[in-house]
Amino acid sequence: MKSNKPKESNSNRRNFLKLGLMSSVTVVTGASLFSNLIDDDKEIGSGEKMRVLTPEGKIVEVDATNINKYPEALITPAESRKGIPNRKFVMVIDLAKCKNARKCVESCQKAHQLDYNEEFIKVQLIQDNKEADPYWFPKPCFHCDSPPCVTVCPTGATFKRDDNIVLVDAERCIGCKFCVTSCPYSARIFNWGHKDKFKNTTIPYSPETGVPATEGTIMKCDFCPDMLRQGKLPHCAQSCPMGVIYFGDINEDIVTNGEETVRFSKLIKERAGYRYLEHLGTKPNVYYLPAVNRQFPLERGFDVDEDIIERYKNVDYVKELKKQGKI
Amino acid sequence: MDINKRKRELVKEFSPMLEKTSFVSKLWIVILIAILSVGLYAFYLQFMNGHKITGMRDNVVWGIYIINFIFFVGISYSGAFITGVLHFFKGSWKYAIARIIKIITVLSLIIGPIFILLCIGRLDRLHYLFIYPRIQSPITWDIIAIMTDLIGCFIYLYLTFIPDFAILRDSENLKVPNWQKKVYKVLAIGYQDTTTQRERLHKITEIMSVMIIAMAIVAYTVLAWIFSLTLQPGWNSTIFAPYFIIAGLYSGVGVIIISMYLIRKTFKLERYIRKIHFIGAGIVLLIISILFGYFTFSEYFAKWFSHKTNDVELLDTLFSRYFWEFILANYIGVLVPIAILFFKKLRTIKSITFAAVIAVLGLWLNRYLIVIPTLETPYIPIQDTRPEFIFYTATWIEYALSFAGIAAFILFFKLIMKFVPIIPMSGIIDQERCEEKRRKNTTEQVQ
Repeated sequence: MKSNKPKESNSNRRNFLKLGLMSSVTVVTGASLFSNLIDDDKEIGSGEKMRVLTPEGKIVEVDATNINKYPEALITPAESRKGIPNRKFVMVIDLAKCKNARKCVESCQKAHQLDYNEEFIKVQLIQDNKEADPYWFPKPCFHCDSPPCVTVCPTGATFKRDDNIVLVDAERCIGCKFCVTSCPYSARIFNWGHKDKFKNTTIPYSPETGVPATEGTIMKCDFCPDMLRQGKLPHCAQSCPMGVIYFGDINEDIVTNGEETVRFSKLIKERAGYRYLEHLGTKPNVYYLPAVNRQFPLERGFDVDEDIIERYKNVDYVKELKKQGKI
Repeated sequence: MDINKRKRELVKEFSPMLEKTSFVSKLWIVILIAILSVGLYAFYLQFMNGHKITGMRDNVVWGIYIINFIFFVGISYSGAFITGVLHFFKGSWKYAIARIIKIITVLSLIIGPIFILLCIGRLDRLHYLFIYPRIQSPITWDIIAIMTDLIGCFIYLYLTFIPDFAILRDSENLKVPNWQKKVYKVLAIGYQDTTTQRERLHKITEIMSVMIIAMAIVAYTVLAWIFSLTLQPGWNSTIFAPYFIIAGLYSGVGVIIISMYLIRKTFKLERYIRKIHFIGAGIVLLIISILFGYFTFSEYFAKWFSHKTNDVELLDTLFSRYFWEFILANYIGVLVPIAILFFKKLRTIKSITFAAVIAVLGLWLNRYLIVIPTLETPYIPIQDTRPEFIFYTATWIEYALSFAGIAAFILFFKLIMKFVPIIPMSGIIDQERCEEKRRKNTTEQVQ
């Protein structure tokens, strides 16, 4: 699909997308960030010409036949390197609300066609020291501003975009795994063998969706740019029943978990937001709000499958619980 | 001195090595080829099924392949370093071992990088490294450094072969197949051993010997950086490059001693490879083992003393799960060679070789402990239920390929020795020429 389409229509489509995104940025100022970016369904079918707003604020007419609605448009690997204009995506995870419901993990797995144990977002149980209260710690890729994985990649298969997202192009990846060893957050997964799902040719590959995956290459959390282009939240943020995961744009200083929309800077200041392992200098774009004033007792998180509980067996707190026969 | 007569004598002395293959030698070749074919079959399986048939998983993404890679490239680097240095020494003793070291250098530099290729998930995309190169990646530096080093070492080895090819080309009595004679003729590139040619060759060799020292140090430093430039607690260390340089020399000298011992035994070269060589190499090994122990101690002592959380986790793993490996690699592997080599009385050919074997095995294990436990203790603790994702154990595929690497090393060594005498004849003649000149000078002065 990607190669047999003429170049011209491709670039027109890209132009439109740009225009659409720009216009919405201007139009929806003050409103929710995630109002639908391309809300032009009616116009596409009706007229031959269409009016769109340019980034400079001018209204221009575009031929309606040149216009594609996004979800059908494919973002090719080359296009996916640019990023969504004028955006700086950021994620805030509120540790006080997480109760290990694992809905983020499951919806992410479903969207990215991952197997049971393949998780782009992992929920870890972290106990900082013996006295400290453990907390559930959802860990996606941190999409760092100084990403060590991008520096070491010998082919540019993994790259940093203008909109803060770090993506992997599985068609470029040679599978040297250097990025895995250089990532201090263990965010990356390798496809160790062949799986039938890789053969799925009905969907063309795009680094923005990561589907279908390829044997012998790297994959990881991608902040769901395909959803962002449609003005939707990433799957994990959308599916969390507790509203743990806020997602938004630093440029607009807004983050939302789908229920409430808040100022990013205010949230971080008031709730003492921090970045994990700040001292490593990777400058993550995922912020955490400390687990104070919890909404749920920690034990609620143990209401999961036996083998998931088994993962946490080395945490001091779990060892203690086991000794007491509570799990 | 009649040089041509001397050449004929030397060819006659060494020709059995080239002309005959003993039964034991043939048997060895068969065994080596068998090991190699098992390795090739393992490679076929890995290529077809993907890396899931190895023990590598998401945390320990590099297994014993990368350890073999460091190990072989380390041997090669130290070989290059030592031959480069040997070139500036005077004395007939160096000729007996110079060629052994050069062959070790080139062979291990060919086999080492094959192991890094085994770590790569998509070998069919290897050319992407050249189509989409990114210069900021240490892997790109490594590729440039190793390829330069390989070309340099090849040229250096070839340069020292040229006069011997010429001698072999000119010896009509040599009972070798015709094609082999033709190859000698081509490879000798018209070398006639005239004074101008000899001087020119000498000059080029001298430049190359300096260059390969530099190239080898750069290549091995960059290799150490592959680890130390990452943020991993066990790797991110400023002393890694010099530590690797010393470690490379440690294993390199060890392998040289073992090869000297085996070649001396097989070809009965006691006249050339003498006890003095073993003693000399043994003392070098002693110095390096002390240095290596010092570096190892500094590395772990600093971690233990400052006890950062992640360093402590790593040390805990090393002293619990890897307790015996740690003792073998960093205590036995260092202290036993020191103990043997330190006392003059213990310095016999056999004991020096034994110390070398301990050093080489200990060093391989030391590399294992640098790579694997570090990857098993990342910053964010591994929380997984699949045992193979928590701890690494190599599968038979990885062992088969590792042994195939060693088998290939020995096999190619044997084949090269069938082709050119392991003792450089031209070196011996050069030496005798020098001595005669000196003798003449002294007699003239006396008169």
